[in-house]
Amino acid sequence: MVHGENPTGFAHQFETLEQQHDAGRLGMWIFLATEILFFGGMFMSYTVYRSLHPQAFLLGSHILEVKFGAINTAVLICSSFTMAMSIRSAQTGKKKGTIIGWLILTMLLGATFLFLKFRFEWYHDYLEHTMPGFGFFYRPEWGTHAPQVQMFMCFYFFMTGLHALHMIVGIGVLLVLTWMASRGRFTSQYFAPLEISGLYWHFVDIVWIFLFPLLYLIRY
Amino acid sequence: MMGLTQLAVHSIAAAWLDLPLQPPAASSIASSVDDVYYLLSGITIFFSVLIFSIIFYFMIKYRRRPGKTYEPETHTSLFLELSWTIIPSLICVVIFVWSSALYVRNSRPPANAREVFVIGKQWMWHIQHPEGPREINALHVPVGENIKLTMTSQDVIHGFYVPAFRVKKDVLPGHYTSIWFKANQVGTYHLFCSQYCGTNHSEMIGWIYVMSTTDYAAWLAEGEASESLAQQGAQLFTRLGCDSCHGAAASSAGPSLAGIYGKPQKMADGSTRVVDDSFLRQAVLTPSTVHVAGYPQIMPTFTGQVDEQQVLQLIAYVKSLGAQERTNGQ
Amino acid sequence: MSTTATVENFPNSSAEPQENYLNARYGVRSWLLTLDHKRIGLLYLGTITLMFVVGGIAATMMRLNLLEPQGTLVEPETYNKLFSTHGIVMVFFFLVPSIPATLGNFLIPLMIGARDVAFPRLNLLSWYIFVTGCLLMLYVVFTGGIDTGWTFYPPYSSSYAHTDVFLAAMAIFIAGFSSILTGMNFVVTIHKMRAPGMTWFRLPLFIWSMYATALIFVLGTPVIAVTLLLLGVEKLLHVGIFDPALGGDPVLFQHMFWFYSHPAVYIMILPSMGVISELITAFSRKRIFGYSFVAFSSLAIAVISFLVWGHHMFVSGQSVYAGLIFSVLSFLVAIPSAVKVFNWTATLYKGSISYEAPMLYALGFIGLFTIGGLTGLFLASLSTDVHLNGTYFVVAHFHYVMVGGAVMAYMGGLHYWWPKITGRLYPDLWARFAALIIFVGFNLTFFPQFVLGYLGMPRRYAMYPAEFQSLNVLSSAGASVLAVGYVIPLIYLIWSMKYGPVVGPNPFGTKGLEWTTQSPPPTENFLRTPIVTEEAYNYETAPEPEVVRV
Repeated sequence: MVHGENPTGFAHQFETLEQQHDAGRLGMWIFLATEILFFGGMFMSYTVYRSLHPQAFLLGSHILEVKFGAINTAVLICSSFTMAMSIRSAQTGKKKGTIIGWLILTMLLGATFLFLKFRFEWYHDYLEHTMPGFGFFYRPEWGTHAPQVQMFMCFYFFMTGLHALHMIVGIGVLLVLTWMASRGRFTSQYFAPLEISGLYWHFVDIVWIFLFPLLYLIRY
Repeated sequence: MMGLTQLAVHSIAAAWLDLPLQPPAASSIASSVDDVYYLLSGITIFFSVLIFSIIFYFMIKYRRRPGKTYEPETHTSLFLELSWTIIPSLICVVIFVWSSALYVRNSRPPANAREVFVIGKQWMWHIQHPEGPREINALHVPVGENIKLTMTSQDVIHGFYVPAFRVKKDVLPGHYTSIWFKANQVGTYHLFCSQYCGTNHSEMIGWIYVMSTTDYAAWLAEGEASESLAQQGAQLFTRLGCDSCHGAAASSAGPSLAGIYGKPQKMADGSTRVVDDSFLRQAVLTPSTVHVAGYPQIMPTFTGQVDEQQVLQLIAYVKSLGAQERTNGQ
Repeated sequence: MSTTATVENFPNSSAEPQENYLNARYGVRSWLLTLDHKRIGLLYLGTITLMFVVGGIAATMMRLNLLEPQGTLVEPETYNKLFSTHGIVMVFFFLVPSIPATLGNFLIPLMIGARDVAFPRLNLLSWYIFVTGCLLMLYVVFTGGIDTGWTFYPPYSSSYAHTDVFLAAMAIFIAGFSSILTGMNFVVTIHKMRAPGMTWFRLPLFIWSMYATALIFVLGTPVIAVTLLLLGVEKLLHVGIFDPALGGDPVLFQHMFWFYSHPAVYIMILPSMGVISELITAFSRKRIFGYSFVAFSSLAIAVISFLVWGHHMFVSGQSVYAGLIFSVLSFLVAIPSAVKVFNWTATLYKGSISYEAPMLYALGFIGLFTIGGLTGLFLASLSTDVHLNGTYFVVAHFHYVMVGGAVMAYMGGLHYWWPKITGRLYPDLWARFAALIIFVGFNLTFFPQFVLGYLGMPRRYAMYPAEFQSLNVLSSAGASVLAVGYVIPLIYLIWSMKYGPVVGPNPFGTKGLEWTTQSPPPTENFLRTPIVTEEAYNYETAPEPEVVRV
């Protein structure tokens, strides 16, 4: 017998389809545990440095535009909703067009997030010389806090950058799901890939829910 | 018993192999650290021999023989499991308490310690005595006196390690760390850098010269020509213009520094901090992080204008101001 | 696992060339695109052997250089690159993947009665990721090297080193993802793929220890990944994260580094403990003594290992209280290890012990691990650690655990399952001889280093004061014996693949599902899904050994 998957998505190494779904779901939870530790390491260094240099981190957060952060938060929460709807519509046996519609909406929201982030925040930071490593200028109003303000911006780019990377991966996964949906692969019996990818998408949203107050809302 | 093991092992090695087995023990804490070491060695030897001999015994006694039948009954015993969990735990508790008590006792420098400053730098040790003499890769100390080293690094992390004293501490850039010791044997001992610091790490070594009190006084007198650390600090204080705000006729711009060392200060954020070496270092290099209540935050930073050596001079000067005031007060 | 099931799995056990996972398909493509866990295990075996050779050459050159106080061979700069290469390659590219990725990959599905791991594609992807990391690391090593030590302490690594710290950090970062994916795969496989009747408490202890290891992979590796990423960003963009000159804290890096790297020590030793449990029971033909204690001590070690990282930093200026807490936790982690040693020893009691090469490695392991573990107490104890930290005592201690422990067990496991992997036997006399040589060479190399450390010789020294020479010469002499010991198995194992005598399904007459299928196993592992009806190591029902030697 040759390794590989037959058209129903059932892999040879499993005894039953249910066993395969359980394995997939458990795998994703473990992967998310890994991700929590990954972001956790960053959150921890952020916390240590913020408690060491509270003043500088406050100054740093003034560079960021709360407006865009808030809009993006709303965008992501909406995308979580549309993601959940795509799973729901598969579960309740809706037409494949409905599933695809929700998936495309989710991708569009994700793309909106990235567009706002890159165009109006990162690019703006680059022009304003507040991007560490790319001509970062110490502003006089920061005084002796300037190096630590730069450190804050490092954390900002590092954390939001990794988050954005996860978003891009997520959109890639959604593309694959859309293709699978268009081939009519999902039924009310079989929608495990949707469900498992949904876990990932929600996780990435939750990371942002933590990032937004930690980075943007220090000053309030 | 530990002494005996030590003696036995030592004499065997010395007689047959001509191998060194023990570093010189030349500080007040060395022998107490060695006691823990030999206790642990004893435990290690005891358990290793125990395990090895049981294994050898079983290997021979229960070697495979034809026609041997399987013995099903010997695969669990709660009594054994509990005893070999609890007994090692108790042994560990004993070592932990003993060793930690010693560590805690040794971690606090005695109040009367003579202070010496150490700056680590790729790849040498700068030693600065408060009386003025400077040394490189050498430290002269009097025997029988408590010496406290306040250490910092100009570049990467180094480690100040004197095996004969059983003391070691990392030397960090941007921080002060300290160790203390009381040498109790005249002699010359190795000083090593114990934290990898780059290409010539293994050449960042030197000597600790432990001298008799009279020899030490003579050595100090030889170097007397140079000014004391506090005097150098006083000159620097004037040269950098510190006295315009912190001078004797203190203005409203900054606090007078007389008698400030070792006293608690009220900070602008409501907390209280004692003025120590780290506090003063911060005040010079990153003044924005030490905002004393009642004064405007206008002090400029001196990062880049003074090196670690000069910071130490300034600290010594501020410290001497405190001493002067106390003497005057008495 | 009853005898009838055994027979069913060999409809034609007497027939000569059966179809198996090795001869099912041929060609480079069939290997590079394989999804078979057994073939992937062999791909790892080849890769890490290569990395072991690279790390071993670096070690040999170091020991050569240390024959004389002033160094005989290389400049200090080169020496620093040698020990950094040795450390990074051996830790991240050999020891961490050694038992899990080779024996673990090969054996986990076989031992639990599954056809494959849960995610075969992910498994192959892990190997490709690992190879990418290896290639990047080799590129760094051969184009200028890396001189930060395997610990990468900033600010040296971030601001002062002139070598390619960024690429080296990325190589480890990439290899780390291979560990994460492998760990995920193993956890899911062990949870979801067990054969009918294979309950948790019927699992071989190797599976328990692999499960504990996989948990550390999954929970520890991401932290080092993010730490090295931060370091890489700092190095690449010259921005302050750990460099104190820019307000960073170099000690924070140490905390984050050891949060992974201490558990990583247990990534290396836990699988070997699993292997030893298998070997001891196999060659004394007896149930393990205290199954549940050995099983749960693996999990206890995995959990506590995450709480002891601070003992690497007793002299870094951390607070006295932090020191006390980390010290007591470090003592605590010694207890489950001690429990294992006692249980292995008790397993020998009233056994039927034979001394094939794997057993010699196993017994060597117990002895060396005992010494390695006990000398760990010197470093958990605060006042002695102050003196011994950063000296050759530490070097000797962790080599007793990682080489005396992990590598001995790896060699033992490789010899024990070699007939299963290749279907052929190696020359046993040579194997026993090599085991002996390795044991002697190892002790000669590393025992003098305990003394050197106590005398005060710091590690990572290219040159040293003359009074340390005699012990260093002893150590270097031992290293040459050790090197010979490692070359011999390399030769006869390769030889045996072609010329070794062909063996049947269960040459040692031992228990375990992997021995109920043919050697080498078919691609699908079992012709019929096995049904397990008894506990592990039930030697009452064991078949007689095919090859009997005493």
